[in-house]
Amino acid sequence: MASKLIQRTADALDGYLFDGMSIMSGGFGVCGIPENLIAAIREHGVRDLTVISNNCGIDGFGLGILLESGQIKKMVSSYVGENKLFEQLYLSGKLELEFNPQGTLAERIRAGGAGIPAFFTKTGVGTLVAEGKEVREFDGELYVMERGLVADLSIVKAHKGDAEGNLVYRKTARNFNPMMATAGRKTVAEVEVLVEIGGLDKDNIHTPGIFVDRLLKGAHYEKRIERTTTRPRAEAGANA
Amino acid sequence: MAWTREEMAARAAQELRDGFYVNLGIGIPTLVANYIPAGMHVTLQSENGMLGMGPFPYEGEEDADLINAGKQTITELDSSSYFSSADSFGMIRGGHIALSILGGMQVAENGDLANWMVPGKMVKGMGGAMDLVAGVKRVVVVMDHVEKSGAPKFLKACTLPLTGLGVVDLLITDLGVFDVARGKAPVRLTALAPGVTVEEVKAKTEAAFAVDLAGA
Repeated sequence: MASKLIQRTADALDGYLFDGMSIMSGGFGVCGIPENLIAAIREHGVRDLTVISNNCGIDGFGLGILLESGQIKKMVSSYVGENKLFEQLYLSGKLELEFNPQGTLAERIRAGGAGIPAFFTKTGVGTLVAEGKEVREFDGELYVMERGLVADLSIVKAHKGDAEGNLVYRKTARNFNPMMATAGRKTVAEVEVLVEIGGLDKDNIHTPGIFVDRLLKGAHYEKRIERTTTRPRAEAGANA
Repeated sequence: MAWTREEMAARAAQELRDGFYVNLGIGIPTLVANYIPAGMHVTLQSENGMLGMGPFPYEGEEDADLINAGKQTITELDSSSYFSSADSFGMIRGGHIALSILGGMQVAENGDLANWMVPGKMVKGMGGAMDLVAGVKRVVVVMDHVEKSGAPKFLKACTLPLTGLGVVDLLITDLGVFDVARGKAPVRLTALAPGVTVEEVKAKTEAAFAVDLAGA
């Protein structure tokens, strides 16, 4: 078997990209996003993308750079309020947008990866989100049918990984990454720390390697923070 | 005197109970964390994938991998746990969270809530709000009583796209507190901010409500 481990960023998506494809991209805001693989998509220039991601980055960073380059045709997201360019493109009709409630989006991806074509949820019943969808009563309550979701490619970011494709995420950078890893026809993961086979605790692997086709050690991480919020040090003394 | 943002948050904190798992929305609801009564154990959920949110970090100790649902840097506690967004919304949708406190654009007397979009003007999205109001056992909305224009926000029927139907249990505004009861019983005004009169509230409210200031 050929190694899953890819040495160069430029090779990580080789043969996986085509115009009009769908791509799932992990992360919440710009926390836990596959920075290096997003840059590789920009570098490649593939167009008319449908991108499934909870958010669309921020102006100039994360998926925001694919908005700037005009490579995204449609976004499937739950919240895009951090991105001025997004709003301009959408309101001027240059970008399609499908809003999914965050939990519905997460579950659609989980279901897609697990071979479940549809499920029923209370979320969104009676709202715009349920328009055109089957609504069914279970035990006296109404539920709307949502479809499982898969993509041509998933790009995810983990903290640690090994050449087998086993992944471990860190803190809230986990977010959508584990489900997306399962729901890509091809999945490419990037990691901050590459460990030797055997270097991960086998009882605490978040994404088993079966879901990962290729693994890249990210060449560089900027890891921007959207909203730095701190408390004054004096508070520690005051509360002590 | 209408309540300030801090006073509204303090009033919302009275809805907390010992042992509760709670989700706090962005804005005034986030401030509720500052008013958890001493000795009460409340676990804060952040829907991006964490239970046991700690306070904001000290300057220089921010961690890009550790943020809340408002994308603010936070810290962990010894008791914290991390999980995926699917597990997180399993907790929410599955009814495991006791209380959700979130902001609103409009609330209706039938318990409907609108808080995610203004057609043609504002494109932000619902984030986790639709899941929270659909799945959490008790939903408290905290919002200004009227628009900046003075137009009422507590209405007979919402005019903006809905977040959920018949989902609001309690509404806290800068003028008072309303038991909305998910529209299953007539709305009751149960508390007034200091110096605010029932007449003032009536003048600024489209929704019908009974006055029950002793019955809170």
